[in-house]
Amino acid sequence: MKRADWIPVGLTAAIAIAALAFMGNPSTWLTLSIAGLAMGLLIFLMASGLTLVFGLMDVMNFAHGVFIAVGAYVGASVMKYLAAPAAADSLLENLGALLCAALAAALAAALLGWFFERVIIRPVYGQHLKQILITTGGLIVAEQLIVVLWGPDLVPMQRPTTLRGAFLVGDMAIEKFRLVAVAVGLVVFVAMMLLLNRTKIGLLIRAGVENKEMVEAMGYRIRRLFVAVFVAGSALAGLGGALWGLYQESLTVHIGAQMMVLIFIVIIIGGLGSVGGCFVGALLVGLVTNYVGYLAPKVALGTNILLMVLILLWRPQGLYPVSKS
Amino acid sequence: MAEPLLALAGVHTHIGQYHILQGVDFAVPRGELTMLLGRNGAGKTTALRTILGLWRASAGSIRLDGAEIANEDTPTIAGRSVAYVPESMGIFAGLTVRENLVLAARAGPPAAERLETIFRFFPPMKKFWDLAAGNLSGGQKQMLSISRAIVEPRKLILIDEPTKGLAPAIIQNLIEAFAELKRTDTTILMVEQNFHAARSLGDSVAVMDAGRIVHAGRMAELAADDALQTKLLGLSLEAHQ
Amino acid sequence: MIGALLSGDLPRSRLLSALLLAVLAGLALAPFVFPGTKPLDVAAKACVFVLLVASYDLLLGYTGIVSFAHTMFFGIGGYGVAIALSRMETGWSAVALGAAAAVALSLTLSFVIGLFSLRVKAIFFAMITLAVASFFAILASQLSGFTGGEDGITFKVPELLRTRLVAYYLVFGTSLVLFLVLLRVVNSPFGRVLLAVRENEFRAEALGYRTVIYRTLANCFGAAVATIAGVLYALWLRYTGPNTTLDFGIMIDILLMVVIGGMGTMYGAVIGATIFVVAQNYLQEAMKAFSESMKGVPLLPDLFHPDRWLLWLGVLFVLSVYYYPHGIVGQLRAGKKA
Repeated sequence: MKRADWIPVGLTAAIAIAALAFMGNPSTWLTLSIAGLAMGLLIFLMASGLTLVFGLMDVMNFAHGVFIAVGAYVGASVMKYLAAPAAADSLLENLGALLCAALAAALAAALLGWFFERVIIRPVYGQHLKQILITTGGLIVAEQLIVVLWGPDLVPMQRPTTLRGAFLVGDMAIEKFRLVAVAVGLVVFVAMMLLLNRTKIGLLIRAGVENKEMVEAMGYRIRRLFVAVFVAGSALAGLGGALWGLYQESLTVHIGAQMMVLIFIVIIIGGLGSVGGCFVGALLVGLVTNYVGYLAPKVALGTNILLMVLILLWRPQGLYPVSKS
Repeated sequence: MAEPLLALAGVHTHIGQYHILQGVDFAVPRGELTMLLGRNGAGKTTALRTILGLWRASAGSIRLDGAEIANEDTPTIAGRSVAYVPESMGIFAGLTVRENLVLAARAGPPAAERLETIFRFFPPMKKFWDLAAGNLSGGQKQMLSISRAIVEPRKLILIDEPTKGLAPAIIQNLIEAFAELKRTDTTILMVEQNFHAARSLGDSVAVMDAGRIVHAGRMAELAADDALQTKLLGLSLEAHQ
Repeated sequence: MIGALLSGDLPRSRLLSALLLAVLAGLALAPFVFPGTKPLDVAAKACVFVLLVASYDLLLGYTGIVSFAHTMFFGIGGYGVAIALSRMETGWSAVALGAAAAVALSLTLSFVIGLFSLRVKAIFFAMITLAVASFFAILASQLSGFTGGEDGITFKVPELLRTRLVAYYLVFGTSLVLFLVLLRVVNSPFGRVLLAVRENEFRAEALGYRTVIYRTLANCFGAAVATIAGVLYALWLRYTGPNTTLDFGIMIDILLMVVIGGMGTMYGAVIGATIFVVAQNYLQEAMKAFSESMKGVPLLPDLFHPDRWLLWLGVLFVLSVYYYPHGIVGQLRAGKKA
């Protein structure tokens, strides 16, 4: 990493500008861009843990979607329990309910993550084949258990009263909840960047992603850090799941698995192990999905895969590859 | 004679199905610089890694300052004030020079005099303080790797081929730095192929071949005995300056 | 003679041999022993899935590759024959053309995926196959003009196949023959190199084997056989659609079958697929009965609800990966020596 590499960021901006040119209509463009940013940032929440875990521990958790799903369902249950404050016409009460739901979601996912790391993943460190199989198996079992606990039907998720609808600015409609999603996503991103770049723990994580062995040879018990990163990643996924459920306004048990393909695309685009790359990748995917969804709906779902292929042809290790020793 | 700081007895190491260390016995005297010499493939790097716990010894005893460390894990051993400068240098390319040193200083931020010493030995460290370490040249990376090992006082420093692939001027720089380092209490165990460096720095020497120690003694004696050098190392220490 | 037929890969366990013979007999005589539409359906599905899972075992058990794209090749086979038969005159030439085109497409795709991704870590490869398979599934449901979209394609089969008996024996016969071919492949020198590559890629390369070539070939061959399985299944159902072929659930089922049956054994596919297909159709009724008898007890009725059979299979799968990596076949072989 020489001087900060702004090309991928420039690419994102270029795509946004190109979309504006194609659309011609600035208010549509703004609505879609905000939708894209919101979606992108929520995907970032869900994906950041996975990429860091892979970079640091060389573990690919195919069951990561379960943390998303559990977070979403727990969030939904809490929102239902707090239906009164959520339905009240007070921003404060609404935000309070939302905060409770979000924290509960993150906590539930964190606990599940801790369980997963201990019981399912720890025995198969270093054995990639078994990891893929075991985590896929874990995914199946966990999804089924969610159905046992919450039932197989679609669960509607109602946004709190003051966060429903949109701000009308001129002839542009800016959905309120999308702004919430963008705000949360940005706060988390900034917090992660600060943690990684300004603290000793962040230093350890960045060094560990490059060369675990050397970090241990310097006297640090990096294993304990692994667990913490895994649990934190799961918590973020849970938070992302809860917010995504509110964004979509409904949940099914497959919410986790549905996001996984998109998440894999994002972390491959970003570069496995790079949080910054994950951020840019997520924004790209969010924006592209929304722009193409408007301009050429039929092609929309496949465009992200094409995007991934194109980026890999340009930078085979992703936008911001991590130097591994 | 004082207790050696590090003593290996009957150490065997297996890597997969390969039996690399086949009964290594030697001692590293306190406060000195011990050279570990030998042909390529003799097992020198494996010996260092086994001491540090990166490879688990399958048999034998390793005593550091009286404590048995053969079954301890790497962070514990490193925590006994052992530093490691690997052959591959092991610097963190994405971290700056400053961050590399901060990480290496376990007890707290690096002490000012230590940094002064490091800057004196290795001026590029000061010059590139905030540069990501991946941008350094080979020699500078080696300097950083060594700086990390000395950023705090250590009981034992394990160094693997520090002069490998470096220009003669830089090698000279390193030799001078090591010479000054020797005047502290630190014990150093160094693997080297550059015999000029070995001869000028080593107080005691151990020679490995095929996973065993085939000679141990004072460097001065080995340096004076051409016939023994040829027998053990295949060529004279003189010839490789 | 049996040894030659099985390419020297004997069951090596009395119980396993007995089970395999039972399955063979059951499937061979299904139309006569199990009269009725449903049992024959189950038997045909078992034949198809034995072949599909065996082709996956070639990838997973013998070459050590985890691919999530196998259902894509299965689907290509189904769609190839469906599109041909719905657009061309119903006849054997349409079947042949559809099947050939499908196999050609599968070989090309698997070759490209193989070259592009087999150079990278296993995990990367798995993710890429997942993305590609999703893309294909989306394509199939979007290009409804061509593929019938979500509803799929119903088509007429050639005269001869309209008799269930004939159709069944086509499915059974082809599956049997291709299964024996797979046995031959894994017991050939090629197969041994695959095992060597799986055990220690580094060593295999050092010994001079270009591992990328071997893995790509295995990938392609597995894909081709999966495609033919798809052709057979479509011909039997007289229908192809995203939920019979491309559904991710089917991919999961394949994984379950191959691991529970026993990876790297081929016979594991036979045992795993048969148990799975039979259970899927008949066990659920047992579960339903149990679940209903447990009404009133918290959680239990939900845990044993017939739709939750995947839960138990999932648990079995996880246990298999940890404790019984060679699945049922491995356990049988370890227990009894023939």
